[in-house]
Amino acid sequence: MSPLILKGLTKRYGATPVVDDLSLEIAAGRCHGLLGPNGAGKTTTLRLALGLIEADAGEIRLLGHRLPREAAAARQRVGVVPQADSLDPDFSVRENLLAYGRYFGLSRRETEARIPALLEFAGLSNKAEAKVPTLSGGMKRRLTLARSLINDPELIILDEPTTGLDPQARHLFWQCLRRLIQQGKTLLLTTHFMDEAERLCDRISIIDHGRIIAEDSPRALIERHIEPHVVEVFGEGLADWVGCGRSLCQRCEQAGETLFCYTDEPTAVTEAIDRQGGLRYLHRPANLEDVFLKLTGRDLRE
Amino acid sequence: MGSEAMPSKGATSASRLTPHASPWRWLPVWQRNFMVWRKLAGPSILGNLADPLLYMLGLGYGLGQFLGEVQGVPYLTFLAAGTLAYSVMNSASFETLYSAFSRMHVQKTWDAILNTPLTLNDVLLGELIWATSKSLLSGLAILLVIWVLGLYADFGLTLWLLPVIVLTGLTFSGLGLMVNAVAPNYDFFLYYFTLVITPMVLLSGVFYPTEALPAWLGALADLLPLTHAIGLARPLVLGQWPEAPLLHALVLLAYAAAGFLAGLALTRRRLLR
Repeated sequence: MSPLILKGLTKRYGATPVVDDLSLEIAAGRCHGLLGPNGAGKTTTLRLALGLIEADAGEIRLLGHRLPREAAAARQRVGVVPQADSLDPDFSVRENLLAYGRYFGLSRRETEARIPALLEFAGLSNKAEAKVPTLSGGMKRRLTLARSLINDPELIILDEPTTGLDPQARHLFWQCLRRLIQQGKTLLLTTHFMDEAERLCDRISIIDHGRIIAEDSPRALIERHIEPHVVEVFGEGLADWVGCGRSLCQRCEQAGETLFCYTDEPTAVTEAIDRQGGLRYLHRPANLEDVFLKLTGRDLRE
Repeated sequence: MGSEAMPSKGATSASRLTPHASPWRWLPVWQRNFMVWRKLAGPSILGNLADPLLYMLGLGYGLGQFLGEVQGVPYLTFLAAGTLAYSVMNSASFETLYSAFSRMHVQKTWDAILNTPLTLNDVLLGELIWATSKSLLSGLAILLVIWVLGLYADFGLTLWLLPVIVLTGLTFSGLGLMVNAVAPNYDFFLYYFTLVITPMVLLSGVFYPTEALPAWLGALADLLPLTHAIGLARPLVLGQWPEAPLLHALVLLAYAAAGFLAGLALTRRRLLR
């Protein structure tokens, strides 16, 4: 049975629907990504799914429990890594885990028995007695992940877990997530890092204006929505070349000083660029970001 | 990080979990605050306990020399009950305003807890009981001084001060949680202290009997919770059974309940919408 089923979920603030007739079913033992621009309704969807806020319409089943009525029972088996840092700054790493275990009704002995493995998992074994303010950003995130595992959850919900981390810290965090997936945990992850989604997720829902506008595996999304090759063209004389570019490829998009050429035949495009002279280009395979930008547009969401 | 390092807990967890209907669901929230308090107890005790004591002894001995007897007892003895109630009120208010605000708004501690099986009811009940516990400590310190300095007429009656302290703590913790729920920032609490707490301290008989007030102010004072806390505490220190103890207790309970329920509703609107 699916760990999380959302059916026709709607949440309005005033007259504006933030989540709009949204349906979603995630598969057990998989990593499901929720992708969307800022304000698309990702966090609101997660808060609804946890039973923290009430929907105006729709049904929620979390680990077989009907929400919001049975939210507390459902959350007993869920781990949450929230967007904002909510570690206890007055506590050491170990004390953070101890206090959090109590919220799940775990005795001190039970929690203490779990702590060494969790610290090992998060690469924090030598930091057990360190105070939270002395930890790096990556360590804090991994501690938050370890904290979310204190109740041995079946489903782990992560809201933009790697925002603000440097590449090294992100890669280490991804390793942790991969191990959870290997162990058969179900992950629901929101992010706006396309590479993160492409690397980790078995399935992705792209969400915008509170609706799911596309859903599939990362590869299938790319194949379905985007031509396989992208040539990004920029430099001196681009304006004169745009017409030529448009005639050579299936789809072109101009964003500022760059022309994005989506094509099955990249050689024809790059040869034309070379003939023109003065232009520069980057040829790369299409990725999830191209799908995302095609589906949600290039406008800033601020 | 070896691949076997992950905890394999599985079946052990499900059975020993807090029953969802347990009356003790607030306890982990209380324990969390206690754990932090234990680390920072030094300055906290100094601020909460030494300050009112200095006021009581300074004013009691200093001003007392000029005043002679108030209501038939030395001024210090008169002041003791007022200081007790005042100190409990301050302690409960500071905890539910500044400290609770930093847990709610700055450190996001409540958000973290709400992601677990605990609910907002559990969090606020834990905070209410925690702030009451801290104010009990403040009250006990003053009571200890009352005992040590012999500022009482009947020791047996002073034991009744214990439930009075708890009731007073509950009252101002409940009210504090209500104010906390609508605070945009720390500065907001200055309004509460300047516009509510300080006038109340001056009106409700901490420093002088409310009979000294003009009739209309006296009537206003009768509406204030601190007046009722002192209405219970002062006779108990002076060796009398309070007049209308049930009325005083009910007024305090009503303030506590109204404050707590309003705080709960307002915090729900703030955090869970």
